[in-house]
Amino acid sequence: MADSGIIDELKTKFGGREFIEQKTHDEFPTLWVSKEKIVDVLRFLKIEISKPYRMLYDLTAIDERTRAGRREMPDSDFTVVYHLLSFDRNDDIRVKVALKGKYPSLPTITKLWSNANWYEREIYDMFGIKIEGHPHLKRILMPLTWEGHPLRKEHPARATEMGQFQLPEEKEKREQQALLFNPEEWGLKKESEDSDFMFLNVGPQHPGTHGVLRLVLQLLGEEIVDIVPDIGFHHRGAEKMAERQTWHTYIPYTDRIDYLGGVMNNLAYLLTVEKLAGIKVPERAQVIRILLCELFRLSSHLVWYGTFAQDIGQLSPVFYMFTDREKVFEIIEAICGDRMHPNWFRIGGVTDDLPNGWDTMVKNFVSYFPKRLREYDKMVMKNRIFKARTIGIGIYNTEEAIEWGITGPGLRATGLEWDFRKKRPYSGYDQFDFEIPTAQNGDCYDRAVVRVEEMRQSTRIIEQCLKNMPSGPYKSHHPLATPPLKERTMHDIETLITHFLGVSWGPVIPEGEAFSGIEATKGNNGYYLISDGNTSSYRTRVRTPSFPHMQMVPFISRGYTIPDLLSILGSVDFVLADIDR
Amino acid sequence: MSETLYYIIVVFGVVTLMMTIAPGLIWFERRLLALWQDRYGPNRVGPFGLMQVLADMIKIFFKEDWIPPFADKKVFVLAPAIVVVTALMSFAIVPFAPGISVSNLNIGLLFFLGMSSLGAYSVVLGGWASNNKYSLLGSLRAAAQMLSYEVFMGLSLMGVVMLTGSFNMNDIVLAQKNRWFIIPQFIGFVIFMIAGLAETHRLPFDIPEAESELIAGYHSEYSGMKFGMFFVGEYLGITLISSLIVTLFFGGWFGPSFLPPVVWFFLKTFIFVSLFILLRASLPRPRYDQLLSYGWKLLLPLSLLNLLITGAIILSG
Repeated sequence: MADSGIIDELKTKFGGREFIEQKTHDEFPTLWVSKEKIVDVLRFLKIEISKPYRMLYDLTAIDERTRAGRREMPDSDFTVVYHLLSFDRNDDIRVKVALKGKYPSLPTITKLWSNANWYEREIYDMFGIKIEGHPHLKRILMPLTWEGHPLRKEHPARATEMGQFQLPEEKEKREQQALLFNPEEWGLKKESEDSDFMFLNVGPQHPGTHGVLRLVLQLLGEEIVDIVPDIGFHHRGAEKMAERQTWHTYIPYTDRIDYLGGVMNNLAYLLTVEKLAGIKVPERAQVIRILLCELFRLSSHLVWYGTFAQDIGQLSPVFYMFTDREKVFEIIEAICGDRMHPNWFRIGGVTDDLPNGWDTMVKNFVSYFPKRLREYDKMVMKNRIFKARTIGIGIYNTEEAIEWGITGPGLRATGLEWDFRKKRPYSGYDQFDFEIPTAQNGDCYDRAVVRVEEMRQSTRIIEQCLKNMPSGPYKSHHPLATPPLKERTMHDIETLITHFLGVSWGPVIPEGEAFSGIEATKGNNGYYLISDGNTSSYRTRVRTPSFPHMQMVPFISRGYTIPDLLSILGSVDFVLADIDR
Repeated sequence: MSETLYYIIVVFGVVTLMMTIAPGLIWFERRLLALWQDRYGPNRVGPFGLMQVLADMIKIFFKEDWIPPFADKKVFVLAPAIVVVTALMSFAIVPFAPGISVSNLNIGLLFFLGMSSLGAYSVVLGGWASNNKYSLLGSLRAAAQMLSYEVFMGLSLMGVVMLTGSFNMNDIVLAQKNRWFIIPQFIGFVIFMIAGLAETHRLPFDIPEAESELIAGYHSEYSGMKFGMFFVGEYLGITLISSLIVTLFFGGWFGPSFLPPVVWFFLKTFIFVSLFILLRASLPRPRYDQLLSYGWKLLLPLSLLNLLITGAIILSG
């Protein structure tokens, strides 16, 4: 991405002294702004500038207190990072605010972006940074009774560092008290002028939520007045774990973030690591990666397809689609040795070369699958009851999608053709011939249409992988590629040393910051990694698509009924681990 | 004396038969669904998994009979009994073969309509007594659904009654000796079948249960044999509706003489039971307001029109 001159524009508007530039490996313009000016700068970037940065892509923080090698960066204890995305420029900008003090505070930007709400709550929850003026500043991922803020460096990462767990009676009472439901605490009124509301607790154990998600419904009859999602049941501290795993041993954790996406998560993480390390991945490895990613896109979409139909009450499709998914997994298993979480990609390439006979398996599948998709079209997409349940339900337009940070099929269903694979081709996607399906209405049905068409396109990509698989090494010869290719290990001392270091300490990734995003199954998945020249990352931020998507659910569900909510939840296609990390 | 004995045998025969058919259907539905869904279904216990139902029954009988402390106990216990009793009572008027029926009531058809209206109470009371929000929503939906579908369920049958000139089920069957009522009363048949689906709240009309929305709807709080009763009641309902379709539109026991009449009756019924299961395997569930407007705006006028045309034909003929 070329410098879009945004820095000059900002300097003319606010004066040069306001900004400190920082160089990063991803070459996004990165600027430090003072806490007093931040809201103005963000408003300028979102509204006033030509070709604005309309999407708040990510919002997170860094505990900088023990970071080495900060060099040209301003002094900071905690840094809040705003990551904005401009569709007009096809460019991003990163704005950082340095905060001083043990528990600093920062003005809210919820008035500027609706989706800032949850992100700011997450920052408060994870770092203890107070957000001034936030409408509902409460913990979001951790339990309400949790003590401490997990992503602060002083918070222990292991259970063994936390002391023995004890539950005295008084604590038990406190915990029980916290579980009691009081609508006012959730920002819900108990009654309107002329009637009482009914509160329905959907989840965390409910057949329609696809995982441990809790939705508190404020109902008038069966009509939804408001919804408050309660997330965090699936929170496992993936970002904290990254700070104690080596760069290499963190890869299996990424598999489990969007647990239906499998190796696709590896890719988002490794592209960023490779950016930091400056590794160029050989062509064969790139195509193997694409092949597996698209297979996983199929398997994830098949799960969505089946369960979506089931949410609407159709019993059978899920069985057919899981059978097909099994066929995808057979290929994945033959290549990787594992099914859902193969942990197959490595820094600099993939674990191993493709096995003999992989091409026959893929060929069989590619000729088999399109027929099945046509059959499903007849069974599901053209079914009149299915249409009646999904058309015109849960509508949002492009404008609203951008406001709420929606990416992936949910955004494309509103008519905006935006796909990282085309707009910012990574891993060699520019070499492939495929289309980006879009739809116009942004309702549940259109989101389904986009996903179904995406499956056809994925099949096309897989077919091209099959026909054009390049030869060559499956892993880079770069010394940081982990574990290194074996063939030279016993012949020269350099390779032996890097091999030894790579498997004992783990690779040391050079200092720096980088972000890279991919078009994952549910939307844009990205890793923002900060290295301070160590064997593990200093800060790992996982930008997942499901988090903002879930945040939008109340907005698109108001005024519909409970059955519609199920259509909406199904069409949004979230994974709880992807929301909570 | 011998007549009393005969009736006792018929009554016990019908009850035993129906109570065997209901669990048999559970096995049948599971196997059939599995067949259509590319899987095996229960095939481990006994030959073809036939003993699975027995195993389930044993389990369900020995389960803790749990009544939630917040439930209205009396009504909670009563509700599942109603559905079974009303369904069994309705079988009293079904003529299985010439001379084999529990009661040759003159108002047979009205008796069935009355019983099916009573049956609605079981769902409504069960959901209400459970004192659970999901159950409440389920029973509210059930009340709305049954109320609206009962109206034209009755109306759809009036064509048959007009053609026969009697509510007596035996007479209705006999009137079909030369021509089944499916031909003059095709619209009535379609409407009755849809209404029957709604009465038994089977997919696509299972909105009072709606698993993905309301967990189990009106019977969320039920367990053990009380839950089993709802289950058995549902299968009795399917058999009942199927056998009524056969009696009213498909000539009852009539059929080519190489098979005895009672076999013809059960064979035809069996086909409709399978059709019900196939519908369950293939259709999604409409929203309940869509279901209601479909009922009131399409099926009700259609059944009235059917009545009008039938009347006109009878008058002119």
